[in-house]
Amino acid sequence: MTVLTDIPEKWLPVVLPIKKKKKAGFGGGKSKKKRTEEERRVKANDREHNEKFQYANNCIVTSKYNILTFLPVNLFEQFQEVANTYFLFLLILQLIPQISSLSWFTTIVPLALVLSITAVKDATDDYFRHKSDNQVNNRQSQVLIRGSLQNEKWMNVKVGDIIKLENNQFVAADLLLLSSTEPHGLCYIETAELDGETNMKVRQSVSVTAELGDPNNLASFDGEVVCEPPNNKLDRFCGTLYWREKKYPLTNQNMLLRGCVLRNTEACYGLVIFAGPDTKLMQNSGRTKFKRTSIDRLMNTLVLWIFGFLVCMGVILAVGNAVWEREVGSLFQSYLPWDPPVDNFMFSAFLSFWSYIIILNTVVPISLYVSVEVIRLGHSYFINWDRQMFCSRCNTAAESRTTTLNEELGQVEYIFSDKTGTLTQNIMTFNKCSINGQTYGEVTDPLGKQPKRLDFTPFNPLANPDFCFYDEKLLESVKVGDLHTHEFFRLLSLCHTVMSEEKSEGELVYKAQSPDEGALVTAARNFGFVFRSRTPGTITTTEMGRTVTYSLLAILDFNNIRKRMSVIVRNPEGRICLYCKGADTVLLERLHPCNQELMSITSDHLNEYGADGLRTLALAYRELSEDEWEAWSESHRCADKATDCREDRLAAAYDKIEQDMKLLGATAIEDKLQEGVPETIALLSLANIKIWVLTGDKQETAVNIGYSCKMLTDDMTEVFIIGGHTVQSVRQELRSARERMMELSRGKTEGMEAWAEACFMGNGMKDGQEGDCTTGRGSKQLHCSSLPPSASGDMDSISGEFALIISGHSLAHALEADMEAEFVSTACACKAVICCRVTPLQKAQVVELIKKHKKAVTLAIGDGANDVSMIKSAHIGVGISGQEGIQAVLASDYSFAQFRFLQRLLLVHGRWSYLRMCRFLCYFFYKNFAFTMVHFWFGFFCGFSAQTVYDQFFITLYNIVYTSLPVLAMGVFDQDVPDHRSLEYPKLYEPGQLNLLFNKKEFFICITQGIYTSVVLFFVPYAVLSDATQSNGVPLADYQTFAVTTATALVIVVSVQIALDTGFWTVFNHMFVWGSVGSYFTIMFALHSQTLFRIFPNQFRFIGSAQNTLLQPVVWLTIALATAVCVVPVLAFRFLKLDLKPQLSDTVRHTQLVRQKRRKPGGRSIGGAWRGTGSVSEGRLGARGGSRRSGYAFSHQEGFGELITSGKNMRLSSLALANFASKHSSSWIETLRRKKTNHTPPSTSGECSPAPSNVSGTCPALSNSSSVLGGSQETPIEEETDAAVVLSSSSHPAASEPAEPRAPAQVAPVDSSTSAAARTDSPGGWARSLETVQEALFGRRGCASASNTQVPPCDATETPPH
Amino acid sequence: MGKTKNKSGPLARRPDNSAFKQQRLPAWSPMLTANTVLPFFYLLAVICMLLGVWLLLLVQSTQEIKLDYTDLGNCNECFDLRRNVSNAAQTCSCRVEFSIDKSLKGDVFFYYGLKNFHQNLRRYMDSRDDGQTLGRIKNLKKNPSSYCAPFDKDNDGVPIAPCGAIANSMFNDSFTLNYHLSSSRSVPVPLLRTGLTWYTDKNVKFRNPRADNLTLAEVFEGTRPPLYWQKPVYSLDPHDPNNNGFINEDLIVWMREAAFPNFKKLYGILNRADPIFEKGLPKGNYTIDISYNFPVQHFQGRKGVVLTTLTWFGGQNHFLPIAYLVTSSLILLAAVVLTVAWWKFGKDGKNMKE
Repeated sequence: MTVLTDIPEKWLPVVLPIKKKKKAGFGGGKSKKKRTEEERRVKANDREHNEKFQYANNCIVTSKYNILTFLPVNLFEQFQEVANTYFLFLLILQLIPQISSLSWFTTIVPLALVLSITAVKDATDDYFRHKSDNQVNNRQSQVLIRGSLQNEKWMNVKVGDIIKLENNQFVAADLLLLSSTEPHGLCYIETAELDGETNMKVRQSVSVTAELGDPNNLASFDGEVVCEPPNNKLDRFCGTLYWREKKYPLTNQNMLLRGCVLRNTEACYGLVIFAGPDTKLMQNSGRTKFKRTSIDRLMNTLVLWIFGFLVCMGVILAVGNAVWEREVGSLFQSYLPWDPPVDNFMFSAFLSFWSYIIILNTVVPISLYVSVEVIRLGHSYFINWDRQMFCSRCNTAAESRTTTLNEELGQVEYIFSDKTGTLTQNIMTFNKCSINGQTYGEVTDPLGKQPKRLDFTPFNPLANPDFCFYDEKLLESVKVGDLHTHEFFRLLSLCHTVMSEEKSEGELVYKAQSPDEGALVTAARNFGFVFRSRTPGTITTTEMGRTVTYSLLAILDFNNIRKRMSVIVRNPEGRICLYCKGADTVLLERLHPCNQELMSITSDHLNEYGADGLRTLALAYRELSEDEWEAWSESHRCADKATDCREDRLAAAYDKIEQDMKLLGATAIEDKLQEGVPETIALLSLANIKIWVLTGDKQETAVNIGYSCKMLTDDMTEVFIIGGHTVQSVRQELRSARERMMELSRGKTEGMEAWAEACFMGNGMKDGQEGDCTTGRGSKQLHCSSLPPSASGDMDSISGEFALIISGHSLAHALEADMEAEFVSTACACKAVICCRVTPLQKAQVVELIKKHKKAVTLAIGDGANDVSMIKSAHIGVGISGQEGIQAVLASDYSFAQFRFLQRLLLVHGRWSYLRMCRFLCYFFYKNFAFTMVHFWFGFFCGFSAQTVYDQFFITLYNIVYTSLPVLAMGVFDQDVPDHRSLEYPKLYEPGQLNLLFNKKEFFICITQGIYTSVVLFFVPYAVLSDATQSNGVPLADYQTFAVTTATALVIVVSVQIALDTGFWTVFNHMFVWGSVGSYFTIMFALHSQTLFRIFPNQFRFIGSAQNTLLQPVVWLTIALATAVCVVPVLAFRFLKLDLKPQLSDTVRHTQLVRQKRRKPGGRSIGGAWRGTGSVSEGRLGARGGSRRSGYAFSHQEGFGELITSGKNMRLSSLALANFASKHSSSWIETLRRKKTNHTPPSTSGECSPAPSNVSGTCPALSNSSSVLGGSQETPIEEETDAAVVLSSSSHPAASEPAEPRAPAQVAPVDSSTSAAARTDSPGGWARSLETVQEALFGRRGCASASNTQVPPCDATETPPH
Repeated sequence: MGKTKNKSGPLARRPDNSAFKQQRLPAWSPMLTANTVLPFFYLLAVICMLLGVWLLLLVQSTQEIKLDYTDLGNCNECFDLRRNVSNAAQTCSCRVEFSIDKSLKGDVFFYYGLKNFHQNLRRYMDSRDDGQTLGRIKNLKKNPSSYCAPFDKDNDGVPIAPCGAIANSMFNDSFTLNYHLSSSRSVPVPLLRTGLTWYTDKNVKFRNPRADNLTLAEVFEGTRPPLYWQKPVYSLDPHDPNNNGFINEDLIVWMREAAFPNFKKLYGILNRADPIFEKGLPKGNYTIDISYNFPVQHFQGRKGVVLTTLTWFGGQNHFLPIAYLVTSSLILLAAVVLTVAWWKFGKDGKNMKE
């Protein structure tokens, strides 16, 4: 029995091949059959019965061919490609002797080459697919057959079998969980393969089967499952189990899906419901759309045009032939009668048309497509090989998983990024804290000396060795027994909902619902306050080595409105204490008035932490007397038992007790950004790439991250928040945001430059002095935020720094058909857009929206399964690899380990790819026009008889030998500026976005140049040779000499041209350019040799032409003349362009060339870019905070506390956790459904707690009031999560009073005592919103099968049939 | 994991640090700068100028006499005679007179020229069998290449040698050039009728079938001459038995198809062994006796003769020198414009300082 611990790789090939899957794939035939399957009936342990239905077995076939079918099937597939068919058609044409103007091999050689290269590639792919199929299909599993467990290969597992799974095994098929070794028939699975979520999930069997237990009982189990047919919904299952005359409903909770891994469970038994291709995993790995780049599309258009052009030329020449045959040819009949079928000139012209189509087809050579593929493959390898995109920590190199999109990387305009795991590492670290007015954790040595990491082990044997903290003072303070410090950590060790698991003594594992909480409890653990275990009524800790058991009286749980949680505990001494932690905004106003001084100090600290992008929490406690407790406890019980408005009442009860607390301090948790994220974002936005963050996270978190990764800065003119719950309100909000933008744009036209200057100067001055933000900040902000953008007021020209934050439920409205345009125009005018609380589907919709409205290249980057849809729908999908979960990577086109590699991928690789591809295409079209059009001119001299100018071998080899390698070398190796330069000057990226290097205009220039060259190449030799002779008198005007001269001139001219085009002469370029010219002469001499002629006299007629022609000086004079005439104009134009209108890249290159050490960045654009960078980095360093602190971001879902108190064991509560998770993930489907049925706002998730009355008030008045309240722009973000607020900047009159004491003012907003008119309804609105939320929650909870409510701990998950 | 390499450790999958893989190959990145482009232009202009002048001088030193005899003088009668195909068997000869004012010094080459004769038609050019003319018995006596059709076999199914449209339409006028020392005395100008072809054509491409003690006539037994020919291929040259069969130089010259409808082909070279013609063709009066066989009126063609002296690159070929001179001046013009542009408006790196 192989224990499959090395998961992802093995699945990878299984899911991968679907990419190219045609319908003929694994499910092809079956799916047709299955289409009629309306429900599935599976009887356990009854293979005969189940066979009647012919369900798919568990064998997975992803390969396309076997040895016999390979050739026919592969050829069939290949000829489905238009290009290949076209060339086949040409080949057939050539077989008609009356038409054939070229030998058959001129087409068949390239075609065969192309076909065989593709075939080899396909064969290799399929071989690996076979291998992976075999490997997967031959895995062993234990199947219960006739009462005994037998080892069986996966592929032999049938629907209806009962199989046994052991810990860490892969689930072989979609199973109905029957029983497990764990209590209550629970088992734990990891679904990373399915949805990328790495937390464990709980599945529970139906209780009747859970009792079955051992194989003997199971063997006699003969229940029948009736369920829905196979589908791809991972989070839904609907079925019924009929057993012993009873019905039991089945849900997704009872299912183990293929691809999951069993964890923490010794063994379990399951009944196979779906097998092989029917499993949800396979159903989900549907065929991805084949992505094409914009260059591809352009190329296809151009190729069509060229075909049109080809037909035109054919028609012209055919008409010419008709005329000629009538006027001249008919008279020439005695020397050359028409071919037998030809009886008049019209028919001759008709044939001539096709003959010319054959000859001139080289304007679209078959090698174009192959060469493009080769170049892309090369670029992909360069990406794979790039050491600077290798993450040594996770040992992952960048991988280009598609080889067809590289050049589009150079054209990206929009990046859609996931947050968690992409921008952030999703690791929370306890970074700083403030205890009783003393701040700890600030040990950043400016000299860069690495501070020593504290070693906790001697002090505390239970410490977690992974925990990092650098400030010794804190440890000292703990050691000396500072009361506040002790209380601080005691709070952290008690006030949470973390579960602990202690497998062996001292080996604690915390299972926290959110990483924030985990970080806090771990910090407490390391500082000597170790949370050991909990029961429903107690919490056991080890405080400074002493085991203490607190009795847990109540958990006042977190929710989004409360933004805080508390516990009430009784310590062994009998003292009752309430510990509370929460967002500072809510907490600070609940403190006892005597805390004023401490509060302001702590507030300052919180500001500092917030400025550093840390997530802060304030901690407070309150001692309760027995009476108080009794009284409150009574009211609490009362509220708890209430049937109506329970949530409301509870909240009110909680509110009552959480008063007059004493402040303990504050914590700061760092949501660790991935390395280099702010820099990357800054660089990318300098490259004019717009970055949108689409996250499932809640708004505060998203905004916080937005700030810490510098998407949002305090320099921004205004940050708009769209949070409406109805169509009207969203529309209104979008409109007012836009109006505001216009207003600001229009507002200050004059003095703009002055402002800008001041702003820049401010930045410049502040550059480097990060500490000094308090004084400089205010003025700077004042200046910069009132910096008016361009004056026109047109949406496109709004250049102010705006940001838009929109939440998922508003987005749902914004994405509706009639709102789309509005949303796009508003959002695209903003510099940064953050969409929070979005569902995976919405992510994809947003991407589609931009694709549809903006015609811009989009890139989506993400790491989780929830990003898959967006990754698939964007032009380019990038997956973050190296983390757990490979769904995103599997769906992606590129994958690498860290977000920061994106800058290299785009600015270096993408840019180069685009440049190379463009240069390649330009040159390729040029050379083929130059080559082919010569035939056209010759047509006028040869009676339009479709005589070629060149030797047929030359025609065959021109594209595949003589000119292919130099241009390939250029396409693969060319660089205009070195990689570090393109990172230094992000503006260099712009040509790609504007599509400047290869577009229709460039194309016409190329073909014009090609046609010009062909004219020169035909007429110069024509004019020279028709009168020239050898020195012995033999005329040079014979056809063969002419052919050789023209061909040689052509090869030389195109070689000179490629030499001009090549900007980066590596050894390969030299080799290929010189080699091609050399090979031309070598091959020509060989083909014109006696030996070949003697063997095939009729094929090698050009015997001796090479030597007879090329020994003539006049021929060389002709070639030289032609070359000069072709190249000189090009050279002159290029020089002029370079001289008069240099591109940025030229300039950069020039400086490079002149070897000027870059003293200061020069050049306007460069200067701008640099100044830009400066300001951004300044923004990072001197970021002012305060406003965005209190990222009370832990626990997305409430209700955990109740679970604990309700007495379920640890496992059961993690079941609930899973329940939440699944609900959470299902919410987007819910939203969708609601949207479809035209319901009003979705209120599924806790975050979506709308207060319609509030929303409707989205008017300037509200914005006013909030800015008054906030005192600075971002303040209200946290407070006003629900209400739609148009945040006004400091340009607003109210905000221009910096005198307003900052910290207290920020605490104020929730306070209903504000005077603003718009807030008069505040309390009511508040209450109502609270109500709505709670109703929503309540309702949902009621529906959810797994009860986490009041129901006692027994089999809550079961609802037996009646 | 999936691929197990021998290497292990955290950097096992790190790409190699080779210049190639990291795209850091040493490379030369040239750039068009004023320092390179402008001198290049001037240099090129000068070179072209010098070449042009030199070539022009060379061309000026050549002399050429062209004579279109299609219906000149008494050839008119033959012209009319040939108008009718039924008269193809009748011989016709005519005489054309001309004078040379300035003696042609050195080697003098005698060409015949045709106008509007399309040797470059695709099917015409294909209509030959190089296997046959290489002397392959199979192609000769059994099956000439199908490309020769309809000139591969005659109506009786006997193969034609040499087959094909090209051979069939061979130019068959013959010329005798006479120099009139005085009004009464004339001497024939001796023309070398060999050495008119490429070496490879004469010695490799065209071979008579292996004779094995047979006469050429016997070798070609069982074949027919092309329809329009008056003589069989083995007796094309009555004067030189080694110039018969497929290696007959007139045939070879004809079989080397011209690229354009107006062309000239070498007929003979002045034999300067005779003391009179030691220095070329002296000035005076000349006549050409033409055996007028080749009809041109079908295709509205003209035919003529050309007498010329040569430089190493041909006769009076004015195009090349003039093209060079024109190119040179254009390059010079471009160079001046570029210089001015660079001088006045150029931002050659200067914008870096803006």
